[in-house]
Amino acid sequence: MTVDRVSARLRQLWLCYRLQLKILLISPFEGFLGIVFPLMFATATLMVYRVNGDQAAMAYAGLGAAVMGVWTSVTVSASTLLNRERWAGTLELLVAAPTPFSMVLIPITTAMATVGLVSVVVTLVWNRLVFGVRLEVESWPLFALGVLAATVTIAMFGFLLSVVAVRYRTAWALGASLEYPGWLLCGFVVPIALLPVVLHPISYALAPTWAVEAMRSAASGESPWGELGICLALGSAYAVLAAYLGVRLIDSARRNATLALT
Amino acid sequence: MTNTRIFFVGGLMSFRAQFNWLNPWILVPALLVSPVAQILLFAYIGRAAGVGDDRFFVVGNALNYAAIPCMFAMTFAIAGERWGQTLGLVLATPARRLPLFLGRALPVIVTGWAVAVFGLVVGSLLLGVRIEVGAWPALVLAVTITSFSCTGLGLVMGAACLRIRDGATVGNIVFLLLLVFCGTNVALDDLPAWMAAVGEWLPLTHGIEAARGLAGGASLADVSDSLLRELLTGLAYGALGLATLGWMERDSRRRATLERM
Repeated sequence: MTVDRVSARLRQLWLCYRLQLKILLISPFEGFLGIVFPLMFATATLMVYRVNGDQAAMAYAGLGAAVMGVWTSVTVSASTLLNRERWAGTLELLVAAPTPFSMVLIPITTAMATVGLVSVVVTLVWNRLVFGVRLEVESWPLFALGVLAATVTIAMFGFLLSVVAVRYRTAWALGASLEYPGWLLCGFVVPIALLPVVLHPISYALAPTWAVEAMRSAASGESPWGELGICLALGSAYAVLAAYLGVRLIDSARRNATLALT
Repeated sequence: MTNTRIFFVGGLMSFRAQFNWLNPWILVPALLVSPVAQILLFAYIGRAAGVGDDRFFVVGNALNYAAIPCMFAMTFAIAGERWGQTLGLVLATPARRLPLFLGRALPVIVTGWAVAVFGLVVGSLLLGVRIEVGAWPALVLAVTITSFSCTGLGLVMGAACLRIRDGATVGNIVFLLLLVFCGTNVALDDLPAWMAAVGEWLPLTHGIEAARGLAGGASLADVSDSLLRELLTGLAYGALGLATLGWMERDSRRRATLERM
């Protein structure tokens, strides 16, 4: 019985993930632009770094710039996730379904992060071909684990964001405005030590900060396990908080009959 | 008189109509938070790379962000009519096209100008950039001319949206091209020659160059050549936009594609 339930849940998660990934990949805005937008910002960033021709600095920025796409794909899309369902008239159906609402949202934000994963590969190839930035990695398995940790934890952040924005009708603007602060605060292309000290706690509360640190550690041959542990702990905390808030906020929207209001 | 009324009243009504989506919940994050965040992002990248100074990035990115309202609002002022199913009615009127569309451009120029000035002021305050008080009037003029030239490009994009359905994606791509080619974060001298050559023909490039000069203490006379080139670029794009609008309108009527989604 338990095996059947687990199997049914996995099937639901997989189907939801696959369907959403297909929708995202054929969307010009979320698929194509989700890759091109961070790619061009990565280009602008590396062009600034190239002025002084410091190869080590370019390698540092090139690695972090690759993760910018995951952040963009998730924050911009996840903030509008529930609004898109609302506009399509499917939000009530999702809420009324016997499947827990969080089990609907997690595969969607994971599909968004997967688009970002495509962006990681595209940006690394672009950096190599256009700027000659060679990615030198001491431990490829640990580096891949760091990329995966970044993808999963940013997906969990997207899950939290989509839930928090459920009653914000113009949440796409919120998602878009989180894009640049996230790139800066997570230390993707600028060392966190350069930021004002007052911002450091925010940076260290963001899981992608630790994921990128883990990637850099793996690339330089240091142990990334400490960073990975903190990253996954923060990602889990996002997921738990989002699941808790999701129930509360959806209940509130149902009680106030505001679920379908556009 | 009729043309003047169409220019001012029609333009104002079109702009106000955008507030069904351009409300404060969108305006604040999209047009006030994002430009400042972009300025801070590139100023810190510049610090990390040891390139330029904060003023270089404040001016470049504040003016670059003027392109967002100028291009998108101009695009949606025209493409929005299609979504509202009112494009056919607008184009069926006997109103002259010049005041009709230029009237829609004026409030957009003001918005772009305000966004850029906001970015300049707040970016300067946050990063501790000092710009002499006497430089501000000329700087504001440079921002106005740059907003005008970006609106000319927006008019071209609005015309293209009579044929292209996904204006938001196209708008973002053009914004990215301006970010990379116009010397926003890397001086034209440091860009590859072919990129600098492309940038010479785009709006923003000469406006940013002039504004950087003014913020650095140059006089208006010193940067008048750059400002004139920016103005001429804007006029050229505006003329191209109006011509394209006329062509696309006739073509859309012939093909009966005016209101096809």
